[in-house]
Amino acid sequence: MAKSDLKRLVIYSLFLGILILPMVGFPTAHFNGARVAIVWGVFVGMLALSMVFKTLRKSDSFHDGLDRLAPLRQAWAQKYTAVPHWAWLALVILAVCIYPLAANNYLTDVGITCLVYICLGLGLNIVVGLAGLLDLGYIAFYAVGAYTYSLLNLNFGVPFWVCLPAGIALGAIAGCIIGYPTLKMRGDYLAIVTMGFGEIIRLVLNNWDKLTHGPNGLFGMSKPTLIYPTFTDGLGWAVYPLKSLNALYYMIFGITILTVIGVSRLNRSRIGRAWVAIREDEVAAELTGVPTMWLKLLAYALGASFAAVVGGFFAAKLSYTNPNFFIFMESCIVLCIVVLGGVGSIPGVIIAAVVLTAVPEIFRNLQEYRMLAFGFAMAAMMVLRPQGIIPESRRKRELQIDAEAD
Amino acid sequence: MDATSFFIQQMVNAIFLGSIFALIALGYTMVYGIIQLINFAHGEMFTAGAFIGLIVLVAFQKMGFVESHFILTLIFVFALAMAYTAVLGVAIEHVAYKPLRKASRLSAILSALGMSIFLSNGMMLSQGVSDRAYPPVLGWEGFTLAGARITYGQLFIVILSIVLMYALWIFVNNTRLGKAMRATAQNKTMSRMLGINVDKTIRVTFMIGPALGAAAGVMVGLYYGSVRFDMGFIYMIKAFAAAILGGIGSIPGAMLGGLIIGVVEVMWSAFLPSEWKDVTTFVVLILVLYLKPSGILGKGDSEARV
Repeated sequence: MAKSDLKRLVIYSLFLGILILPMVGFPTAHFNGARVAIVWGVFVGMLALSMVFKTLRKSDSFHDGLDRLAPLRQAWAQKYTAVPHWAWLALVILAVCIYPLAANNYLTDVGITCLVYICLGLGLNIVVGLAGLLDLGYIAFYAVGAYTYSLLNLNFGVPFWVCLPAGIALGAIAGCIIGYPTLKMRGDYLAIVTMGFGEIIRLVLNNWDKLTHGPNGLFGMSKPTLIYPTFTDGLGWAVYPLKSLNALYYMIFGITILTVIGVSRLNRSRIGRAWVAIREDEVAAELTGVPTMWLKLLAYALGASFAAVVGGFFAAKLSYTNPNFFIFMESCIVLCIVVLGGVGSIPGVIIAAVVLTAVPEIFRNLQEYRMLAFGFAMAAMMVLRPQGIIPESRRKRELQIDAEAD
Repeated sequence: MDATSFFIQQMVNAIFLGSIFALIALGYTMVYGIIQLINFAHGEMFTAGAFIGLIVLVAFQKMGFVESHFILTLIFVFALAMAYTAVLGVAIEHVAYKPLRKASRLSAILSALGMSIFLSNGMMLSQGVSDRAYPPVLGWEGFTLAGARITYGQLFIVILSIVLMYALWIFVNNTRLGKAMRATAQNKTMSRMLGINVDKTIRVTFMIGPALGAAAGVMVGLYYGSVRFDMGFIYMIKAFAAAILGGIGSIPGAMLGGLIIGVVEVMWSAFLPSEWKDVTTFVVLILVLYLKPSGILGKGDSEARV
């Protein structure tokens, strides 16, 4: 480690000490020195580790090691590409299908949460990743879907599959209502306004007692059912209620697959390319004839309708919904998934959703540190690796071309 | 109580609340003016200031310092809270914003948001989930003016915020550093060519803005009697609405916007169902952005809207 690094470590540690001492040391009126020492130690340790890692990466021996590993990596890559793409995909789908049969109820429930967040992440990915519009109120559309199903089902007894299109339509309309006034705004204004809209929807759900029962929420919605033909005596129709956890798991898995297909098709379509053009340079896109206004609205509407579908499922699964499910922090978690996965990248978003929902379940005793770590990871990701875990291929190529041009 | 004195009473409350919003909004506006970034972590700085004020105040109370040297205690409480938050502001700028100064806007905003989540959860873990009570040192004694009751605490808070704003005004307009700040806000490259230390200027901005927010946090704690780790969120939205309303980047705009938001909120709570008062702030914010995004005193630069 160079001398300047050591000096920086000392200065940073001192600053950290100043910041941590009063905040951590006085949880009550009495000073708690041990607590300060532990927290300070953890942070300084992390800092020291990151500096050691940085110097290591700069050193020659590290690069020699990398060079020696290169043929090995190539061999692995060859083996990976030797198996066709669809085989990998089939393997993953098979694994996800078998999972609930091997898992207990609790693990299946975690699986459902995972899939819900994958869908939400992919939906937000359209708005943030493809069109480049920062949306901090995304969870509001999820709430629209959940409340549409709850209210229609409770008041009029409308079944799930009929509510679904209604939820999609209402979600899309809500997306347009939120999107329209914000279209002319720049990124940061947009962020605040969408955050404001998200909170307005939550406050309305919370305060409109007559319709939504306020903070108590709504309960007693019926579960979705499947209708299938029977031939026991002539042609008849039988109803199969999707009550068990496994049935609900397969249902959300189906929704996830449709979402993945939908989003990847959108990504490769003319519309997807137009969105990317808007993200990269809106003025240039407008000048080359991309109808930016309509496409931005479309991005909002589509992103919102994906969330509304999952929202409907969520309300049906729990048979319960209340406004506190849709707080700002939830929007942050979904945004975190998109950001960590790599803005615009579908496999990245899926992996990030699995990691961010499964890891907190594994470390349950560290549950309370979850959001702390998310926030830290979000800022660190932007500073260190803005392209995400798995960068979108198009973006990666752009970055490579830029690097070659330099 | 007749209608006139009720109205005057509400106006007094509005000015009181408005001056707190104005102080927070100033932090936003200054940071936005100089690096064109919404400092999402500003609400958390406000909360951090409130917590440090609480810690110092409780420590002084235990020593019996509050009774013997009341004024000195208040000075210490405000000074230490502001100093701590200034250090916090500089640290955050250095870690999360400085490396992204040339990166895309989206990255910078996301980094700011990540910092905000990190800080608010850090405070939750270190200071607890529930409300922490402030010692009621300001008391409820007061006087009656034209039928409206004003406590000495309210008067003190309003006067202190006016003093702080005036000091800021003098600093920005009459000192070398303030001049450097204005120059950097206008054109960074040109300022650097003229020998202004841009990094240092930005750092100073990140000390003053959060320090003002911290002062507002201590005021809220002293007056309302409690602090909570997530109280920064709603104040942040309101102060942001104030900054936008007055014209972001403009210091008198932030003061005016803060007052207007204070009046709107207090008047709404006085005459209309108060559970909707938070919705009104959002509606005001969205209407302003839609109808006149440059705000009342904003410069209306068309470049900013592209």
